[in-house]
Amino acid sequence: MLDLWNTYGVWTAWTLLYIVLIIVGVLLSVAYLTYAERKVLGGMQRRQGPITVGPFGLLQPIADGLKLFSKETVIPSQANRVVFLLAPVILFALSLMAWAVIPFDRDWVLANINVGVLYLFAVSSMGVYGVIMAGWASNSRYAFLGGLRSASQMVSYEVSMGLIIVCVLLCTGSLNLQDIVLAERPVWMQALLFPMLIVFLISILAETNRAPFDLPEGESEITGGFMVEYSAMAFALFFLGEYANMILMSAMTTVLFLGGWLPPFGMDFLAFVPGIVWFALKTAAILFFFIWARATLPRFRYDQLMRLGWKVFLPFTLIWVVLTAGVLLTFDALPG
Amino acid sequence: MAPQDLLIEYLPILIFMIIALGISGAMVLGSILVARQKPDPEKNSAYECGFDAFGDARNKFDVRFYLVTLLFIIFDLEIAFLFPWAISLKGIGVFGFWSMVVFLGVLTVGFIYEWKKGALEWE
Repeated sequence: MLDLWNTYGVWTAWTLLYIVLIIVGVLLSVAYLTYAERKVLGGMQRRQGPITVGPFGLLQPIADGLKLFSKETVIPSQANRVVFLLAPVILFALSLMAWAVIPFDRDWVLANINVGVLYLFAVSSMGVYGVIMAGWASNSRYAFLGGLRSASQMVSYEVSMGLIIVCVLLCTGSLNLQDIVLAERPVWMQALLFPMLIVFLISILAETNRAPFDLPEGESEITGGFMVEYSAMAFALFFLGEYANMILMSAMTTVLFLGGWLPPFGMDFLAFVPGIVWFALKTAAILFFFIWARATLPRFRYDQLMRLGWKVFLPFTLIWVVLTAGVLLTFDALPG
Repeated sequence: MAPQDLLIEYLPILIFMIIALGISGAMVLGSILVARQKPDPEKNSAYECGFDAFGDARNKFDVRFYLVTLLFIIFDLEIAFLFPWAISLKGIGVFGFWSMVVFLGVLTVGFIYEWKKGALEWE
């Protein structure tokens, strides 16, 4: 019995501990991201943001969560009940699952699999199922339109995201996220990847349905889009899922482009700071960009959104993939 | 590496998946059980700005949503080809590079055709 415990039990206990740590960490980050968003938006509009609940309004996210938990879950009579309730569950579970492969620090990763990038890409693509299911199952015109819009927007920008990831893979020669962070990147290679970083930042705004690409929600036209019929915890899960996805996409950008847990700009004398601090700071910087964009930019029109995705980003990233491969091959700089 | 070792690497992901689904399911179910449910025919009707809903919402929609999804499948498949190509480009060298350029060229011709046909136009 003791042997069995030593062989399997210890491993299982540690794995469960890590999983709980990651989930609690993500949930806390999501809660305080909503707080940070309201504070930053408030600051940018010369307001104060939340201040009443707790010191500096710090307990606001918890109060919001409790309020949503204790509300009635309205299920429309025309809706397909099972799919209706399953959609937020799937969306939220997917946004948590992707964190299994993110390296927070050197060897701080739950599953250090060889195909980390592929896994991330696959899990983040599956989010569109949650949206389609919600839009279809609600059986409401607004939800249906919102679901359609959201699905085509997400798949459109996924194409350019995939091509950008191929550029990064060409420069790093590995699908393992840890190897991608540690890969050598000379200055000229970073210059080659820099336009891709910009396109990637814009694409993740569109992929997570954030302003200025928040047409699926479009309060003023379709009153909340695919989540119009949702209430209470089912709505809260959509909300949490969206924010968890934002953090996930920021973490993904950090890992692919900004050197993950390594000190920024190759400043090795800063290596005494724990890697996770750098990782969190870089992720937070990109999250700030998300909120900044929301405070600054007006919403796109749907035709502009589609034109940007298919007629600008897709050709540009496609050409850049060929260019990157050509440059790396000509100067014999391919890794691996 | 033996096949079972390779699969062991994915075991934490499976456990994570089960826990994540469990937590999100429990959150929705818990809320339904804890909060007071008081359904009402008016409350449960589909939201349509105060009107009574006109029949079923699942009716015809713009064919362009369908076209975009078709285009997405083509390009996503292309990306699926590009992933292994990008990793092994050092091994396959100049020949591999030009093979992929020809492949991408064929796809680009199709893309230009769609563009000229107006499949990407939204008014």
